[in-house]
Amino acid sequence: MIEITNLTKNFDQFTAIDALTFTVKEGEVLGFLGPNGAGKSTTMKLITGFLSASHGTVRIDGFDISENPIEAKSLMGYLPEGAPSYGDMTTLEFLNFVAQVRGFRGEEIDQRVQHVLDEVELNSVSQQTIETLSKGFKRRVGLAQAIMHDPKVLILDEPTDGLDPNQKHHVRELIKNLARDKIVIISTHILEEVTAVCSRAIIIAQGRIVADGTPAELESRSKYHQAVSVRLSENYDLAADLADLSEVSEVEKDGEDEMVFRILASDGKSIFSQVSGIAQAEHWPVTEFHVSRGQLEDVFRTVTQQKRGAQ
Amino acid sequence: MGNLPIIFKRELLSYFATPLAYIFIVIFLISNGIFTFDLGGFYARGQADLLPFFSFHPWLYLFMIPAIAMTLWADERKTGTIELLLTLPVRLADAVLGKFLAAWALIGIALLLTFPIWLTVNYLGDPDNGVIFAAYLGSWFMAGGFLSIGSCMSACTKNSVIAFILTVSICFIFVIMGSPILLNAFPAWIPQFFVDAFSAMGFLTHFDSIAKGVLDIRDFLFFSVFIAAWLLASAVVIEMKKAN
Repeated sequence: MIEITNLTKNFDQFTAIDALTFTVKEGEVLGFLGPNGAGKSTTMKLITGFLSASHGTVRIDGFDISENPIEAKSLMGYLPEGAPSYGDMTTLEFLNFVAQVRGFRGEEIDQRVQHVLDEVELNSVSQQTIETLSKGFKRRVGLAQAIMHDPKVLILDEPTDGLDPNQKHHVRELIKNLARDKIVIISTHILEEVTAVCSRAIIIAQGRIVADGTPAELESRSKYHQAVSVRLSENYDLAADLADLSEVSEVEKDGEDEMVFRILASDGKSIFSQVSGIAQAEHWPVTEFHVSRGQLEDVFRTVTQQKRGAQ
Repeated sequence: MGNLPIIFKRELLSYFATPLAYIFIVIFLISNGIFTFDLGGFYARGQADLLPFFSFHPWLYLFMIPAIAMTLWADERKTGTIELLLTLPVRLADAVLGKFLAAWALIGIALLLTFPIWLTVNYLGDPDNGVIFAAYLGSWFMAGGFLSIGSCMSACTKNSVIAFILTVSICFIFVIMGSPILLNAFPAWIPQFFVDAFSAMGFLTHFDSIAKGVLDIRDFLFFSVFIAAWLLASAVVIEMKKAN
């Protein structure tokens, strides 16, 4: 379990992280979201003990990161932002080094290194120097070192940044497989990633938590939650037919496609059956008709900008 | 303690993974040859000792050691590997010491490879090999002094060129601190103990006597304490500047 209490980091006069408090339990995959500069990376650096906090504590399975740094660090695997590694070493040499620092000796080293090479599919480049590798491979080398010791806690700072869609998919599958009995914290600004891999999401803005919940819970905060989206084949005045329905708050035209309309529900009530009844009765010229779960992007924008507006 | 040898090994091998170590050793050996035989008048002196060889070392080190030291921490910061290294279960002391010792070992290897000069002087005459051995050891300890300054300067910046210039400047000050030209420039009103203390910090003060064969444990102690102090300063600077 990770317990973060009142975590604060000041740089001179600037407060980067402002009294964060949250806990993460085994089995949770926590997505850490926020606009650029919100303090995502700083928080990760504080959790992993690279930076020391101005106030507050980070405890990893009871080990305080500032009082028992070696014990706490031993429990964690960390992929720093940009996946730094020693460019003049080959993949194999680098992973051997990490295995030794992680305390493996003798045959264990070869076994562990081979295991992670298989896990992240690096066998083909094991003899190449890291600086000659593509971005995707470098990222995987970073992941390989992070999972070397099968850590209880895995902290990944933008693990899929700069990867192509196939590689992204692969990394996400990997994270899902790893996650079962571990704690995984992923920072990202790619929202689809959160719905794809995370069981929980925390949104921070200007160093404070502005939202915390499962991706579904956060989506339900969106004004598009339960909204019905319809595509028409010809112009038709939907709003006139829906005027009597009190559960409908608004009919919105899609910004990109003229023939697509969103019928928004008031207070997140289900309006699908009513709307579909009216559509059939009034013979709407409909070609597509579906319910939206809500848009995380919309929630993200709302909560992070509210914060900015409030100041 | 556990991870010091692992870091030491990685650092030392990484010098040899790039041309850096080879270039350093080759230039070190060539410069030593030129200094000893051409400028030092090794043959003309007609004495079976290595004084001309050793007396140029401070000036050789002044430029060569900062070149090795400048990347020690600056590159780690620049490439971000410092974040990787210091979030592994590694003590900062092990990292600082491991890196220092690896660079010091590289200099040691370069110094050992000057052995043909030692053989030459034994072939030509009958030198005091005990003196030569002590001078080698003294030279290596002085190199450690230069290197420890470089470690600290490298920790101060992301830019290795700046680290190089800072290291050369500070090393230069320590080299000339004990020289008569500088000491004579002090106004008379400055108390003598201050001038003595100042002179005692100079590298030449300690190295000259070692090179001449005056083996005083205090000279070695000076360099040991000097190295320890600068490495401690390196650790403090790394800790302070991690956030930038």
